[in-house]
Amino acid sequence: MAIEAVDHSHWSPLLGRLWLDAIPQDPIVLATFVAVALGGVALVAALTYFKLWGYLWKEWFTSVDHKKIGIMYMILGLIMLLRGFADAVMMRIQQAMAFNGSEGYLNAHHFDQIFTAHGVIMIFFVAMPFVTGLMNYVVPLQIGARDVSFPFLNNFSFWMTTAGAVLVMMSLFIGEFAQTGWLAYPPLSNLAYSPWVGVDYYIWALQIAGVGTLLSGVNLICTIVKMRAPGMTLMRMPVFTWTSLCTNILIVAAFPVLTAVMTMLTMDRYLGFNFFSNDFGGSPMMYVNLIWIWGHPEVYILILPLFGVFSEVTSTFSGKRLFGYSSMVYATLVITILSYLVWLHHFFTMGSGASVNSFFGITTMVISIPTGAKLFNWLFTMYRGRIRYELPMMWTVAFMLTFTVGGMTGVLLAVPPADFVLHNSLFLIAHFHNVIIGGVLFGLFAAINFWWPKAFGFKLNQFWGKVSFWLWVPGFWFAFMPLYILGLMGVTRRMRVFDDPSLQIWFLIAGFGAAMIAGGIGAMLIQFAVSIWKRDELRDETGDPWNGRTLEWSTSSPPPEYNFAFTPIIQDLDAYDDMKRCGVTRPVQGFLPIHMPKGTGTGIILAGLSTVLGFAMIWYIWWLAAVAFLGIIGYAIFHTFNYDRDYYIPAETVAETEAARTRQLEAAGA
Amino acid sequence: MHPSESRLSPPGRPLAPRPTRILRLLGAAGLATLLTGCNTLVLNPSGDVARQQGDLVVVATLLMLLIVVPVMLAVVIFAWRYRASNKDAPYEPDWDHSTQLELLIWAAPLLIIICLGAVTWTSTHLLDPYRAIGRIDQDTKITRDMTPLEVEVVALDWKWLFIYPEQGIATVNELVVPTGRPLNFRITASSVMNSFYVPAMAGQIYAMPGMETRLHAVMNENVESFGLSANYSGAGFSNMRFKMRAVSDADFGKWVGEVKTTGATPQQVAQLSEMPLHNGVSPRPMGGNLDRAAYLELEKPSEKVPAIRFATVEPKLFDAVVDMCVEPGKMCMSEMMAIDARGGLGKAGIRNVQMLAYDKTGRQATLASTGNPNEAVRRELAWVRALCEQMPGQVRDSTVKAPDDLRSLSGAGIAAPQSIGFGKEDAAAVSSAKPAHVSLISRN
Repeated sequence: MAIEAVDHSHWSPLLGRLWLDAIPQDPIVLATFVAVALGGVALVAALTYFKLWGYLWKEWFTSVDHKKIGIMYMILGLIMLLRGFADAVMMRIQQAMAFNGSEGYLNAHHFDQIFTAHGVIMIFFVAMPFVTGLMNYVVPLQIGARDVSFPFLNNFSFWMTTAGAVLVMMSLFIGEFAQTGWLAYPPLSNLAYSPWVGVDYYIWALQIAGVGTLLSGVNLICTIVKMRAPGMTLMRMPVFTWTSLCTNILIVAAFPVLTAVMTMLTMDRYLGFNFFSNDFGGSPMMYVNLIWIWGHPEVYILILPLFGVFSEVTSTFSGKRLFGYSSMVYATLVITILSYLVWLHHFFTMGSGASVNSFFGITTMVISIPTGAKLFNWLFTMYRGRIRYELPMMWTVAFMLTFTVGGMTGVLLAVPPADFVLHNSLFLIAHFHNVIIGGVLFGLFAAINFWWPKAFGFKLNQFWGKVSFWLWVPGFWFAFMPLYILGLMGVTRRMRVFDDPSLQIWFLIAGFGAAMIAGGIGAMLIQFAVSIWKRDELRDETGDPWNGRTLEWSTSSPPPEYNFAFTPIIQDLDAYDDMKRCGVTRPVQGFLPIHMPKGTGTGIILAGLSTVLGFAMIWYIWWLAAVAFLGIIGYAIFHTFNYDRDYYIPAETVAETEAARTRQLEAAGA
Repeated sequence: MHPSESRLSPPGRPLAPRPTRILRLLGAAGLATLLTGCNTLVLNPSGDVARQQGDLVVVATLLMLLIVVPVMLAVVIFAWRYRASNKDAPYEPDWDHSTQLELLIWAAPLLIIICLGAVTWTSTHLLDPYRAIGRIDQDTKITRDMTPLEVEVVALDWKWLFIYPEQGIATVNELVVPTGRPLNFRITASSVMNSFYVPAMAGQIYAMPGMETRLHAVMNENVESFGLSANYSGAGFSNMRFKMRAVSDADFGKWVGEVKTTGATPQQVAQLSEMPLHNGVSPRPMGGNLDRAAYLELEKPSEKVPAIRFATVEPKLFDAVVDMCVEPGKMCMSEMMAIDARGGLGKAGIRNVQMLAYDKTGRQATLASTGNPNEAVRRELAWVRALCEQMPGQVRDSTVKAPDDLRSLSGAGIAAPQSIGFGKEDAAAVSSAKPAHVSLISRN
């Protein structure tokens, strides 16, 4: 809502509505802008000084190697995590301050952008890149493939996701971000109530990133369905691959709904349609239905791959086969299907009838049955195992304890009359952070510690990892238990100021928790830095530092560009464990040339043009939008004429690489 | 510890120790060890509906703890017992299946969910906000001579308007209700979505423009509490709170009289334009008669609005708000829908689409901000003129009747759980062998 005194009412053919007033006047934002600008200049200067641009462009930006793309996704997620967490800290400070008539330090315009940006960034640009990156890196290795089905598409998907993130980051310094909450319910998000650029940034960032997500979903489904090594039947797929398959099915089925609903909102805002406006029979509730038909599967998109991670980690570190593999697979499938039957539980309070509410409440509870079964399966995998408490396993146990509580409060919220008193309260906030942090984030930390040695050839430092763990886990409880209590005290979400001073103590405790989490994130960054610095001490030469059970551990760390010199043949569920037991030896001769895809700059160029298109549309710079759009179409057509897309790694090169690997293994074995 | 919630008098009647009450106490003991010292309003409200909802939170939690506690204990025990350094523990690396265990791990959660599902089904119907309440409290059923108090609620940009049609008065940000009398709320909003929530009284329900939602509740204690918007609605949202008071019948009558006298003369409402609003409210006196002009003035965005009283209200104002035709000359949605239902106006309809939009203030800002010359034309096209005299349609009464007979809710042969507050006599009725008859709920 146009509450700020700045007048944005001008438009010129050249710059659209972009003008000097687009630079935020807020001192906090200005200071951040200066810091980011200086940091950016320093980074560019350093890259130029060390002559790294060529290397980055050739080896990373234009690479179609699924491993490099996976790592780039993880870096994107990490950078955006810092931004999203900065937003969280700002909210915590504001809410801890704004008592006894104090307005805190953020005005409504700024605070409302922060909680919107926090939600959008954490879901779309932290959790999604992390999860996609993880699947990208691990899935092809787990199924014994050399890359994904469509390597160029993979690179393009990554850059489209990045383009969305770039637009969100731009909104911090040019114009504003949406002040609507992370799902931008109309009529508030319609032009009538959000007239400036905030919601447009939201729409275009999500649309552009959504293209990337959808295409990477298609890509991974194809990869899993078509590129498994011979002998790997569906019921011999590692559980992580299974959960990835289900997640990508969910992505392909759910993201088009998001695209459609965003398109309708765009038409409302740009073309005067009335899908969701108050006029002409427009129905804001239709938006709420549609966005949650995407939104609920989305939470399973995020959590399912991590369920896979926990399965791999529990089984590996307990030194046991996973208990109840088939029931694990069926549980995953049941969750996949049921996740489409529960969306209405996000708005029980919008006046649906009691029978409708009960139906969706009960379907929601039913999801807890397969989820519970999964938890039991992990539990019985630990039973009669030899559990090694390396970092991934520590995160897994923390997850099991934390997530159970989050699941319980989730089922509680699924009881409609209970939801009537807890909906939109801080209890709800505590619940979904409990499952997203306790499930998705803890899972990601387990995964990062688990697969880092595979990606880089050395383990992560344990000391700093433990510091991070012991700050994160109690920090989480400190940060969110007070929110459960506040929710039961009738305190609702997205509040900027409070009038009841007795609440303040809880916000202070939550703030303390957030500070601990900040320490946890800091320790994690130190862990990465220390590990890279002392990488020679942490070096793993075997490629199998954890006594792993699945195929990715059979190759070297980091794996060669082609992953496997020969496509492995699968006899059992835990393929590599089976090979080790049967004494399958690594082939050392008879190498053939390997057919590989070639890198291309098309992905980054198209995504760059998409960013320009989005920016131009946001600011109503029509000529630039037209140029960018034609550029995208033109360059895409141009790319189809590029026939220089593949090459062969000569047999000699493969032989050399593999010989080096043999020497490495001998040295490690000696 | 809410200072605004001081209990003015003890509860109307002492409550006998009944199963529900005991269960609640047990639950309170279990859950609230953690919560001692703070007023968990949601679990400890002053209205019967909220109380049942709060009880349900406790019951559901206890049900789930049945499985959650053993699981968490097992995680800790297994994690400790089977640590690698404990060589005494058995190690079976190839043990990965047990049909009995698999059955157990699917069946145990299933059983809990069946129980919880039954509780959900009955309680969702009984505590449906659209359903007229069937009781004042555990011991008092609603009788025919209890007429409910009607209150019409409009969520405005960032304040709440309460219209008392029976009393012919209206207030802003001040809700006073008589204790022990059923309350029927009809709820809508002027511009964006909000959620009407009085934690001490009953659960929330959304307030949405062009739509009417309902809430049935009752207050059982004379208290001072608060209400708020639970759904984010824009810049002034945080201060969109109001005082709620439940008072005795006599005091309520006195208060109505007071509103009629103090509200008769319009007063300058200083804070109305405290914020430097783009399209702020003119500092026009508020009060007196709440007619359409006064409503249109009032609905302009403003925040931190103190209580305002109107001695009289134009009849059918609420219907016009729901029908989005408060503005003179604007076609009501119901009229438009009636025309559309008959196939529309054809070409004549195009000419009827004139001037201004419903979302007035916002669209004006849009026009200014886009600088698009076509916007002015577009805006003109987005307002539909009434064809004849505005006739706000009567919103269909979607109230669900309170059940005379609870058997319709209890499902085939499942006795209703005591915990959700059926009276003893109802439980007896359920257990008797009469065949269940058709559900009284017709809305779905």
